[in-house]
Amino acid sequence: MSEPLELWITAELSEKIREHGVETYPYECCGALLGTDHDFLAYDPNQESRKISRGALSLFPLVNRRDDSPRNRFSVTADDVREAEKAATSQGLEVIGWYHSHPDHPARPSDYDRDHAWPWYSYIIVSVHTGMPRDMTSWRLKDDRSGFLPEKISLMKGSAAD
Amino acid sequence: MSVKVMIPTPLRVYAGKRDSAEFSAATVGEALSGLTNQFAELRKHLYTEDGKLRAFVNVYLNDEDIRYLAKESTPTKDGDTISIIPSIAGGSSETAD
Repeated sequence: MSEPLELWITAELSEKIREHGVETYPYECCGALLGTDHDFLAYDPNQESRKISRGALSLFPLVNRRDDSPRNRFSVTADDVREAEKAATSQGLEVIGWYHSHPDHPARPSDYDRDHAWPWYSYIIVSVHTGMPRDMTSWRLKDDRSGFLPEKISLMKGSAAD
Repeated sequence: MSVKVMIPTPLRVYAGKRDSAEFSAATVGEALSGLTNQFAELRKHLYTEDGKLRAFVNVYLNDEDIRYLAKESTPTKDGDTISIIPSIAGGSSETAD
């Protein structure tokens, strides 16, 4: 049995994702999660240090390239992916996932999300209802592409390398 | 004839965490077959059930998108590098506007 999936993110970054969703409402926002996927020390809101395996430490907001249907679709081109990877490398990080908003829809992945997802990445979805941010969830594609596994989002105050 | 295939981060988990692998191949398609034969778990993430490259899988021969060359039939030469670059898509409902 594998360990439950968990994504750590600072409260500041999670707020920025919500703000991005509000800013682009009623259209979908999107961006890259830059971080680490190896053990490092983080501090939870109780100030207790804890070794974690995956953490988002920076964002790379992107422009939604789906001009034809931006209310319920988002698209990040290969060139955008390369730019996000360059930005991550310049900060000593890697692209660990992606975020997008679901305007006036729940923060649950759709079949369309599943059909277009890559494994390993964390996919954060923030629901924005009538311009107000609601739930934020994170997901990872199952190895057999049959669906997503839920990933717990944990808030951290800061981080320090081992 | 040796061709290097760069493996994108999300697929390295299925390739022994390697970021690249080399194959003897005369075309891009042969190199990709070498990759999916060696790392079979990769296949379903690169190809649809009917054997076509998925729409969000972008393949470059050196810096050229193979869609603008001869696609998977594009010939390769010794020392070429093939890169698999993801594009990312999704959305809230099943039908676009």
